[in-house]
Amino acid sequence: MGITDSLKYYWNVKVVGQPFLHWQRRQAERRPKVSSRWRSDILSPPLRIGAKTKELISRHYLEGRYANGHRPVAWVTSGGPVEILQALGFYVLYPENHGALCGVRKAVVEIYGEAENAGYSTDICSYARTDIGSMLSGKTPVGRLPKPDLLLACTNICQTVLHWYRVLAKHFEVPLILIDTPFVYTKASDHALEYVKKQLENSIPIAEQVAGRTLDYRRLKEIIHLSKDATELWLEIIGRGRHHPAPMSVFDQFIHMAPIVEMRGKKETVDFYAALLKELDENIDKGIGAVRNERKRLLWDNLPIWYRLRYFAENLGEHGICVVASTYTNAWAELAPLMNLEKPLDSMANTYMHPILNQGTKYKLDTMKRMVEEFQLDGVILHSDRSCKPYSIGQIDQRNLLIQEYGIPALLLEADHDDPRAYSEEQVASRLASFVEMLDD
Amino acid sequence: MKIAALGIDVGSTTVKMVGIDAAGEIVWHHLEPVDPRVEKQVDSFLNKLKQEINSLNNIPLIATGYGRNLVHQAVKNITEITCHAKGVYHQLGHGGTLIDIGGQDSKVIVIGTKGQVVDFAMNDKCAAGTGRFLENSAARMQVPIEEMGTVALSATEEVAISSTCTVFAESEIISMIAHGVEIEPILMGLHRSLIRRVVAMVRSVGLVPPLLLSGGVVKNPAIRKVIEEETKEQVFLPEHPQLMGAYGAALFALKLMAS
Ligand code: SF4
Repeated sequence: MGITDSLKYYWNVKVVGQPFLHWQRRQAERRPKVSSRWRSDILSPPLRIGAKTKELISRHYLEGRYANGHRPVAWVTSGGPVEILQALGFYVLYPENHGALCGVRKAVVEIYGEAENAGYSTDICSYARTDIGSMLSGKTPVGRLPKPDLLLACTNICQTVLHWYRVLAKHFEVPLILIDTPFVYTKASDHALEYVKKQLENSIPIAEQVAGRTLDYRRLKEIIHLSKDATELWLEIIGRGRHHPAPMSVFDQFIHMAPIVEMRGKKETVDFYAALLKELDENIDKGIGAVRNERKRLLWDNLPIWYRLRYFAENLGEHGICVVASTYTNAWAELAPLMNLEKPLDSMANTYMHPILNQGTKYKLDTMKRMVEEFQLDGVILHSDRSCKPYSIGQIDQRNLLIQEYGIPALLLEADHDDPRAYSEEQVASRLASFVEMLDD
Repeated sequence: MKIAALGIDVGSTTVKMVGIDAAGEIVWHHLEPVDPRVEKQVDSFLNKLKQEINSLNNIPLIATGYGRNLVHQAVKNITEITCHAKGVYHQLGHGGTLIDIGGQDSKVIVIGTKGQVVDFAMNDKCAAGTGRFLENSAARMQVPIEEMGTVALSATEEVAISSTCTVFAESEIISMIAHGVEIEPILMGLHRSLIRRVVAMVRSVGLVPPLLLSGGVVKNPAIRKVIEEETKEQVFLPEHPQLMGAYGAALFALKLMAS
């Protein structure tokens, strides 16, 4: 790590950037501005916490921009066991989150075009294509991404990450830690848990070597503690959707989930979610719902369609429909009870074996049914995501079972979370409209 | 003729308008190929009707179909799924599974015992499984579209068309013709390919008998026959299979007026 890089980091991040972002947020909080394009007739004003979300995300990418040479940098999959890296002082970048951000900012087509031009197939997950496109061209809407010193891929979300991270490892010529998590059909076996724990143990010396320091287990426990606190708060936040009207829609959750994915294990993430929960409780007390005239409530399955979040919120909001909950945002909440501070590595092995995508399709069906009951929902929208095969497999059967076995109306929408070419708004609009009429029948 | 309500279905190939009396019976209808300037076309429909019945005052119009948002003369618009279910249920008096094959989209609707939509499926983002698939291929073989079904049924054998993509199917046909394959077996193969796509949709929602059919393609006898072969179910047709969307819309307009 170099002194010039550290000076650059302090100047740009600590002296100039952070105070500016802080000031910007305070301005936004003092004089909340609602864009003239905001459909105030159907949606309540955006949550006040939005200014803080923006500050956190901007700061995260700002830190990343000047991290090389000052701190070790790791690129990690969204389901990766990140606590060890955080305890070792790594700056952690989540390419999937960056991909989502590129989607929201409508920058994906240009970026994944770079990967496709280099021969990567359009059948590969659009997150992977966007990341590889960014890697090859340096294109990003956040200025600059730091180069990784270490890569960490965990197969608990899909097998795509395995091949994707090998491409990154070859390109950047840095070590790749691979955590292989056996699929959980019904219950995780003891030997599978032991196997994952062993891999975590084995990863420590590699990470230590890259970071140039030894792991402090007290610090690791602290970080798991903070991770657990933030995750528990997120679980509570999602649970507030049980109120009628729901104080927050999933389209808001999709935006405000960024810190729980990429800033777990930090004190300010815990504070952020505590503040969000407080705001939701105030809105519940005042009877303010995300959708002004909430008549129907739905569940969303699978990833968001990042480049059309507003469209969905407005199109459904116009009919008094609030999408209240989703299996996707829930995936970052439901693991909270598995985190155990006393046995950090055993608890990490257990937690990282159990994301929804590492469990059988029956588990997802049961989750959907449970959420429909708990949140008193009127139906389910299943986004069949062309990119995300593990999330989309089984959805046709799940949809049919929801309808036929449980009498829950369900609609399958074909799209892609980050590739607008696999999305046709006319088709989506006519299906949504028919579904809405069916719910009203 | 006393018209109480009107419905219009602006599809991708044709525009249909239906007038019903207070008892919900079809007393007037008109059908034309769709004009890109929909609003003007709807005006000409309304003028035509006006000449027959003098005044259109207080007759509500509801629009459905792909172009429903373009019909500014309508008091409301409702999707073709809901309107087809309504029209067919009203005409046949019972629910079931309705297949509607349109120009650029095909749909399968499960209609409940009270006429409500229980479930539906639509073809995905391409023209395979729609009327356009047959239309394109017919043009390629220079067979008039109205004769396609009869010509197909006259085949003594059938060839398999493997491409589901409309454009690739065309090249497949060209190469078959170049290899001396007769038109009739190719046409029969095309019908089979189209219907298999549609039947896959029926299976995805689950077939609740009886099986009903609507849309312009019902005039093609091969369609009905192949559906029956592929599903092993008898197919029932409403009296005006092409008008069911517009009829459903008119029934909603009547209800709207009553409330
Ligand atoms: S395939 Fe699915 S789980 Fe894997 S990276 Fe893409 S979106 Fe994530």
